[in-house]
Amino acid sequence: MLVDLTEMKAGESGTVVSLEGGRGLVLRLQNLGIRPGKRITKVSAHFWRGPITVRVGGPNLALGFGVASKVMVEVDRKRHG
Amino acid sequence: MGKNKDRRGARKILLMGNPNVGKSAVFSRLTGARVIISNYPGTTVEFMQGYMKIGTERPIVIDVPGSYSLHPTSRAEEVAVKMLEQGDLVINIVDATNLERNLYLTLELLQRHIPVIVALNMWDDTAHRGINIDVQRLEEILSVPVVPTCGLTGEGIRQLIERIPEARAPKKPPCSAEKCWDEIGLIISEVQKLTHRHHTFLERLEDLSIKPFWSLLVGALVVFFSFWLIRFFGEGLINGVFEPLFRGAWLPLMYKLSAFLGGAGLMHHILVGELINGEIDFGISFGLLTTGLYVPLGMILPYIFSFYLILGLWEDSGYLPRFAVMTDNLMHHMGLHGFAIIPIILGLGCNVPGALATRILEGRREKFIAATLMAIAVPCMAQIAMIVGLVGERGGQFLGIIFATLFLVFVVKGLLLNKILKGKSPEILVEIPPYRLPQLLAVLKKLSMRLSSFLKEALPYVLIGILFVNILHALNVIDFLARLFSPVLQNIWGLPKEAISALLVGFLRKDVAIGMLGPLNLTTKQLVIGCTVLAIYFPCVATFMVLLRELGAKDMFKSAALMVVTAVVVGGLLNLILQF
Repeated sequence: MLVDLTEMKAGESGTVVSLEGGRGLVLRLQNLGIRPGKRITKVSAHFWRGPITVRVGGPNLALGFGVASKVMVEVDRKRHG
Repeated sequence: MGKNKDRRGARKILLMGNPNVGKSAVFSRLTGARVIISNYPGTTVEFMQGYMKIGTERPIVIDVPGSYSLHPTSRAEEVAVKMLEQGDLVINIVDATNLERNLYLTLELLQRHIPVIVALNMWDDTAHRGINIDVQRLEEILSVPVVPTCGLTGEGIRQLIERIPEARAPKKPPCSAEKCWDEIGLIISEVQKLTHRHHTFLERLEDLSIKPFWSLLVGALVVFFSFWLIRFFGEGLINGVFEPLFRGAWLPLMYKLSAFLGGAGLMHHILVGELINGEIDFGISFGLLTTGLYVPLGMILPYIFSFYLILGLWEDSGYLPRFAVMTDNLMHHMGLHGFAIIPIILGLGCNVPGALATRILEGRREKFIAATLMAIAVPCMAQIAMIVGLVGERGGQFLGIIFATLFLVFVVKGLLLNKILKGKSPEILVEIPPYRLPQLLAVLKKLSMRLSSFLKEALPYVLIGILFVNILHALNVIDFLARLFSPVLQNIWGLPKEAISALLVGFLRKDVAIGMLGPLNLTTKQLVIGCTVLAIYFPCVATFMVLLRELGAKDMFKSAALMVVTAVVVGGLLNLILQF
């Protein structure tokens, strides 16, 4: 299922499919390790459209809500529930 | 060799790498220079330089601010790219626990016409993270020397220095971002093997402090505990060490000096100050050797010590960036993102490093907001110590009023600026480094650097400030200005017109200015208003100069106008509202 990062639940993992932002934002996301094909795990989402933290390979990253909505992820969801 | 030599012909060696990979730690190992090292991206916003030794050569080593690529996205990164044009050799510091991401900058560097050597830093961390890197193979692929190092312990630094002469410029053909990442993917699959391992205790804690509910709870506890510790150490030092020292040892000496100078006269006035009912009062006599030494050493230094001790723990543990993420929500409504809390927190120690740290912010708008908010609503530790010393004895609730007012000003001003200023502020997008146990020696070293910079840079200003006051009094300038400004002072703020001398000295040092409220026999209400106004109305000269450079004259003028207006309004409101 294709969703953006804000729509993932905390604890879910998936694979980054595409980055929808402008050139500058895409470069910064790439520099931090968020690129198509990378495995990504959402660690947490803060209240009231606050920042979202994810893990991509190495350390944790924090992304603002708007930035996170530009990252499209094919999420692994279990069938049940 | 290189074309860019300085007058003495020394080569310039640049330390370059992503943020928070340990460049400053390696720098301090190479040069023996004392630099601030912390565990969050963006500790170094200005370049540092020092000398190292390779045989008989003494090249200059430059610690360049961290950068993810040679396409700058912040002021600190711009500095990094500019530095590259002036260098003769690059030591590319790479975080071995994060090889893939770090290699992007490495590839970009290998495309330039400058010799490169790679230091695989944080090597000691790879083993317990289950990371295995084939250094030999990596060296073959990159065709430059690759040396595993650990900046914190100094491991591998000697090998790094020995192999500097082998650095070379392979001048790889340029590639597009996508092509570069593909190439990096291939390199990684060839040189790096990951093995599975269990989460450590620190990693579990890591997850906890970035979860929404827990982060607030942890944040509240950490802040409360930190303030408690700062007060505990600060008061402990004052009551246990500095008070006895000043009262027991220094005071008798001062009485002898006073008697020797005949108890009056110009010299007596400058050195010992005024006798209050025939006695020396360290707080209000205002002589160079009495108040001049007591204020910075007896009242402020203990709090500076305890503040920087605790700040060092925040910085080195890696908690600071997590705290920043926690505040992101509130800060976002103020036109900033969470990382802007870092200059604010540094500003609590001293506004000068706080103003410098606004460089980690991306654009002009958020730099303006962050710098203005800091200058208006964030009193430095020297000022806080003086306020606590002066107002605290009238009752803790009055301290509460002052700091609650400043916090309110901070939030309201932020919300207003965000509404008024055109444009939108960028969102947070940062790396949260792993927790590390702070190393006692490193924390103490950083503390001693900050203490000595306080003594070297602040102490002379305090003394000049007090000398300045005495001269102004002697020349009757104060009386003239007091009459000129008495409408604002008396009618709006309800302060005596003599308080103008404190406002005047506040341009030089805010702590001395707060101290000058002491001899004025103010009511508690006047004291509360005076302290609040002094915190808001204008930055001290040292902060002003840095802000002027960072913001430019136009923005600095706007920022200063906001400060003056805010001081008049807030002081006036307090005068209307407070009833005691």
